Amino acid sequence: MRNGLGSPCGRLLMSAPATSQARGGAAHGLCAFARLLPAALIAAAVLTSPVRGQDGGRSIAEGGSGGGAPACSSCHGQQGEGQPDSGFPRLSGLDRGYLTHQLDSFASGGRKNEIMGPIASALTPEERSAVAAFYAGLSAAGAQTKPSSQSVSAGGQLARLGEWSNGVPPCISCHGPTGAGVGGVFPALAGQNATYIANQLNAWRNGERANDPMGLMAAVAKRLTERQIEEVAAFFETLTPTRPGATP
Amino acid sequence: MSKAPFDPATQAAVVVFIGLAFLVGRTLPWSAPGEEPAAAARATAVEAKAPPQTPAAPQQAKTSQSPPAAPIAQPAAFTPQPETSIPDDDFGKAIRFGESIFQDTKTNAPGYVGNDLRCANCHLDRGRLPNSAPLWAAYVLYPAYRSKNEHVNTFAERLQGCFRFSMNGKAPPLGDPVLVALESYAYFLARGAPTGVKLAGQGYPALKKPESFDFGRGAEVYAQKCAICHGPEGQGQKSASATVFPPLWGPASYNWGAGMAVISNAAAFIKSNMPLGQGGSLSDQEAWDVAAFLDGHERPQDPRFAQTVEATRAKFHDTPMSAYGTTVNGVLLGASSPPSGPAPSR
Ligand code: HEC
Ligand code: HEC
Repeated sequence: MRNGLGSPCGRLLMSAPATSQARGGAAHGLCAFARLLPAALIAAAVLTSPVRGQDGGRSIAEGGSGGGAPACSSCHGQQGEGQPDSGFPRLSGLDRGYLTHQLDSFASGGRKNEIMGPIASALTPEERSAVAAFYAGLSAAGAQTKPSSQSVSAGGQLARLGEWSNGVPPCISCHGPTGAGVGGVFPALAGQNATYIANQLNAWRNGERANDPMGLMAAVAKRLTERQIEEVAAFFETLTPTRPGATP
Repeated sequence: MSKAPFDPATQAAVVVFIGLAFLVGRTLPWSAPGEEPAAAARATAVEAKAPPQTPAAPQQAKTSQSPPAAPIAQPAAFTPQPETSIPDDDFGKAIRFGESIFQDTKTNAPGYVGNDLRCANCHLDRGRLPNSAPLWAAYVLYPAYRSKNEHVNTFAERLQGCFRFSMNGKAPPLGDPVLVALESYAYFLARGAPTGVKLAGQGYPALKKPESFDFGRGAEVYAQKCAICHGPEGQGQKSASATVFPPLWGPASYNWGAGMAVISNAAAFIKSNMPLGQGGSLSDQEAWDVAAFLDGHERPQDPRFAQTVEATRAKFHDTPMSAYGTTVNGVLLGASSPPSGPAPSR
């Protein structure tokens, strides 16, 4: 476990390193904002206008929505590259169907998160799909990958071979041989930041995330040890993100 | 009892002898002819023969000693060698090559593969997983008589069958580096296992045959539990050019001669191993129904095709466990199969 398991806002604060005080502060502000969101929502509802297509998606990403959702880029980065130190995920180049499903899950509560729950609820279904399309259209290259370290090779072993004696199939048998993801259901993991990956695996273990089809991912995550989570998260962070459609 | 009985000592000796012979017989794949499908063919069920006259399932259920399927693989009595004990010499190189063929068959055995499958698709955990037809359990059951081709098969010949049918490809000639490497890998995994013994975890644990199995019910199971990975049309899914989820029917899947085209084998594999990571979660009935659904679709022609679909059925598929040559969902299966074998252009 990299960060505390408690509230994601707390998680943000705890994980903000000294060098990024300003960012941690900004995140804190946004957390406070998120708590006030229902009120903001009502106030802003009148101003909401329907958003269509990629342009609509871009304007939400960069400037927030009329319904009160803040600019996504404030946390997910200008190019959707995420913020590894804070565990904000990369969104750029992830599959459109997958991103839409996640935003819908945050809104419905199938995936519980104090920050993203209110933000996704502030978006209309149309806006969710527009902003998903926008991020899906960005190049995945914005993500930073880290050089390999020691724990990475153990993580790589788990990713490639699984641990069948404990019922864990290889991660790549669902997420693809290069971690580039498969179709709209199995997300890319290559180049995603390790803090975020570990947080998700823990979220499945403790039931905060229960939106995966057929419980496919929960069945895997619940069999992993904390150490395996650290190692496999570190491994995927070192991989270069590629689009599943692109030939490597 | 008109003749004088044997004296008690002789009687006892005869009883012991018969008993011993029976025990030995049951552990050897080639002895009692009636047991042949239970031992050798099911041994490596991926390409197991179509059962002879009697439906195989009840018989297999009776003779099966495998533990019941469970979400987590049961610890088997035999554990194959760890990777770290592969020797660092030329033999070790052959073992590693065998493992890489097993994992990525088309790349490492080009020319011999005619579909998008890998050995490891049906033999999970690189041929190590119990109840997923592990290589170590198959290796020790050969040579064996197989009624699929009516002669004693060596292990290498058995591997040729996998290429011809399950991989819809071309059998590498005996002595080919591909076969040598695969046999070396299997030998390595089986090192220390008793020869000629059906080990726990061997094959796919047979399922008791239900009253009936049904294509339509299978279609529902498929849509709910399988299509998310294998695609609504059974076509599988790729990431870039690599097949991640194997195609289950159609031109890129196993052909009609493969063991997996036998419904009882597919049902057994599915029950123990699918959905991935959730083996044992389907009911027996669901496993049978969905197996009948998969194997009720067109796939590449049986390479032993004998002039007509009817004749081919009569010769190789005359069992309720094969849908070849029957009409399912309005399609006469076998009548418009894609050709068998690797496409010339590949
Ligand atoms: C206050 C910071 C913040 C803002 C603003 C924000 N997000 Fe997030 N987002 C997060 C965090 C933190 C997570 C990880 C949540 C978790 O741990 O489950 C996340 C996760 C996500 C995910 C899931 C990604 C995945 O790989 O599953 C999506 C999609 C997403 N955000 C979209 C958006 C969109 C669209 C917006 C703008 C409308 C937005 N976010 C604004 C912090 C933020
Ligand atoms: C049986 C298939 C399967 C296997 C094996 C599997 N996953 Fe997943 N994984 C999924 C699915 C499906 C999702 C998407 C869940 C959703 O829609 O919310 C997922 C999502 C994830 C996510 C969330 C990504 C994000 O952007 O939020 C992470 C992290 C992850 N998997 C890590 C792993 C790791 C690590 C392993 C190996 C230890 C693994 N997975 C093995 C099916 C699988």
